[in-house]
Amino acid sequence: MKIEQQWTEEIKSSNSLFSINIKEVWSYRDLLIMFVKKEYITFYKQTILGPIWFFIQPILTTLIYVLLFGQIAKLSTDGTPQIAFYLSGITLWNYFSECLTKTSSVFRDHAAIMGKVYFPRLIMPLSIVFSGLMKFAIQFGLFIVVILYFTFIEESIRPNVWVLITPFLILLMASFSLGMGMIFSALTTKYKDLVFLLTFGIQLLMYATPVVYSITSIPEKFKWIFKLNPLTGIFECFRYGFLGKGSFEFSSLIMSTINILIILIVGVVIFNKVEKSFMDTV
Amino acid sequence: MKYLAIQATNISKQYRLGEVGTGTISHDLNRFWHKIRGNEDPYLKIGEINDRSLTASREYVWSLKDINFNIEQGDAVGIIGRNGAGKSTLLKLLSKVTKPTTGSFKINGRIASLLEVGTGFNPEMTGRENIYLNGAILGMRRNEITRKFDEIVDFSGVEKYIDTPVKRYSSGMYVRLAFAVAAHLESEILIIDEVLAVGDSEFQKKCLGKMGDVSKGDGRTVLFVSHNLAAVQTLCNKGLVLENGLINYQGASKKALDFYVSSGNSSSSFYEVITKNNNDIHKIQIVDSNDNLRNNFNFNESIKLLFSFNLLSNYVDKVEFGFQVIDHRDRIVFSNNKKIASFLPDANNNFHVECIIPKSILVPNTYKITTALHIPNVSYISRLEEKVMFNIEETGTDFYQYSGADYGCVFIDCEWRNR
Repeated sequence: MKIEQQWTEEIKSSNSLFSINIKEVWSYRDLLIMFVKKEYITFYKQTILGPIWFFIQPILTTLIYVLLFGQIAKLSTDGTPQIAFYLSGITLWNYFSECLTKTSSVFRDHAAIMGKVYFPRLIMPLSIVFSGLMKFAIQFGLFIVVILYFTFIEESIRPNVWVLITPFLILLMASFSLGMGMIFSALTTKYKDLVFLLTFGIQLLMYATPVVYSITSIPEKFKWIFKLNPLTGIFECFRYGFLGKGSFEFSSLIMSTINILIILIVGVVIFNKVEKSFMDTV
Repeated sequence: MKYLAIQATNISKQYRLGEVGTGTISHDLNRFWHKIRGNEDPYLKIGEINDRSLTASREYVWSLKDINFNIEQGDAVGIIGRNGAGKSTLLKLLSKVTKPTTGSFKINGRIASLLEVGTGFNPEMTGRENIYLNGAILGMRRNEITRKFDEIVDFSGVEKYIDTPVKRYSSGMYVRLAFAVAAHLESEILIIDEVLAVGDSEFQKKCLGKMGDVSKGDGRTVLFVSHNLAAVQTLCNKGLVLENGLINYQGASKKALDFYVSSGNSSSSFYEVITKNNNDIHKIQIVDSNDNLRNNFNFNESIKLLFSFNLLSNYVDKVEFGFQVIDHRDRIVFSNNKKIASFLPDANNNFHVECIIPKSILVPNTYKITTALHIPNVSYISRLEEKVMFNIEETGTDFYQYSGADYGCVFIDCEWRNR
């Protein structure tokens, strides 16, 4: 009796655009966990002060912003305490910019390992986004302490129920940096010039995002720029929840969500297209 | 009928030569322009076959060109070929590190590839953590690693240091641990690229043993690339000889090895001076017993050297012709001289002589030959230093287990008996 020859897999020279194997990514979830754990372990083992560094950077940046934008430029913070205002922006921005920078060069940074062994490449940018959460959690803790201080001791801010949406906001931000990072990662493997453009671009993007000022202080004719930026909705919502003030509109959060979803899908598709042959160009 | 584990159809892989990145945008745009009009990729046509000795006149080369093969389940296939023949490219395609330019593979079973030991090892992490990390990178689930953890540690022999960061390990320990993880992968198809070039001989033997178990005992399919022909001979039942991106031979491993050994590049088995002066050595050739130019020989093959030189008759009485065989460590293995008077010249005082180096004496290695026309203890008349060379390939002598170690230059069949 003859039994049909069976095949479990086919490696082809060209793949369709949407052949994303989510099941395979899921089967490698242990690898994702190990990569995050690796980040965590190597971070602790290399420094003396350990996570203290995570506090120093936002504290110093906040102090400089208070001096520069609050005292000298006298930008409006919607009447909220300057320290809490700037720290909220910095905490969110740090997470976003770190994820974006790291994912955009993921192929080049990890070429050594990707050149030797196969695993679903999507695991790598995902691990960056998850590892970034570790640092974010520490800085967010600092932010919470500051919020508690201003709520209960100074009694100058009143957080509201929108605080509860924070996990969703973080998810949005992670998706946005992941999507953008993957789009850029596909390009930086071939055109290295883009790395410089990106570093510069992220700096500029910070000023197009309400990090150091409030959206209310933007003249009407420039507001469309901020409407285009999906981060605006996230930052405004975050501040509205924790500081109790601001010009948060629910519609802008919806818009952000839709835009981010589109960027994420485009990012995954492009990344999937590039991952199969990037080793030849990197 | 046996079932196939891998079927390769028209596999080609094109690489770009020179600096990748210059002019890429223009090429990409051109490619895109052809694609939207439904034409073929303009850069796929112009590639040449992969031959490093020719200067490529185009920017693209084919590292593999239209490869077709089938591998049956349970086969252990040795992939052999000289440097740059496309072996590693083939393994890279199979391990999905990069994709083929054309063609497709059909695969039945999970593939685990070991192109390097210790991929992703992190020096800051302990041995234990690295076992989990490396295992996960190779595609093992966490519980699978936990189940095999003791076995892995036991195989590696670094139990004492398992909770020490691997940056404190000696390089040998590092490799042991890395190989141990890979050896315990449960996959139907295992791809291995020369990982045995590391570690001490005892550990190498252990690895070879483990791989033998994998292919023979467990009935898994193994693809093995190595320059250690003896290892290929012992481990593999099938062989695939690649040359310049093409499959030159496919069949039983013994025959594949013979084919490989005898098909070697013969440029260094031949040397001829351009201007032929009097009293000078003109030509040296290394040939096999059928007078074919060769420079790869089996241990049990005799090697024939052909010399041509000119010597005017008034010198013939005093002069000797001789050669030295020099090993890769620049030691003179032996020298051999003959009085010219015992040879017969042609009308122009040219001598054509041959000398046979008996088989089964020189151990597997690379040897160079220096020849001289000389008057003993007086002077050289003509001398050609290390112009030709030959290899004795390791195809299963008793020495293969010491590969890499210096075990001398010659094999002497000593007599042993009880007393």
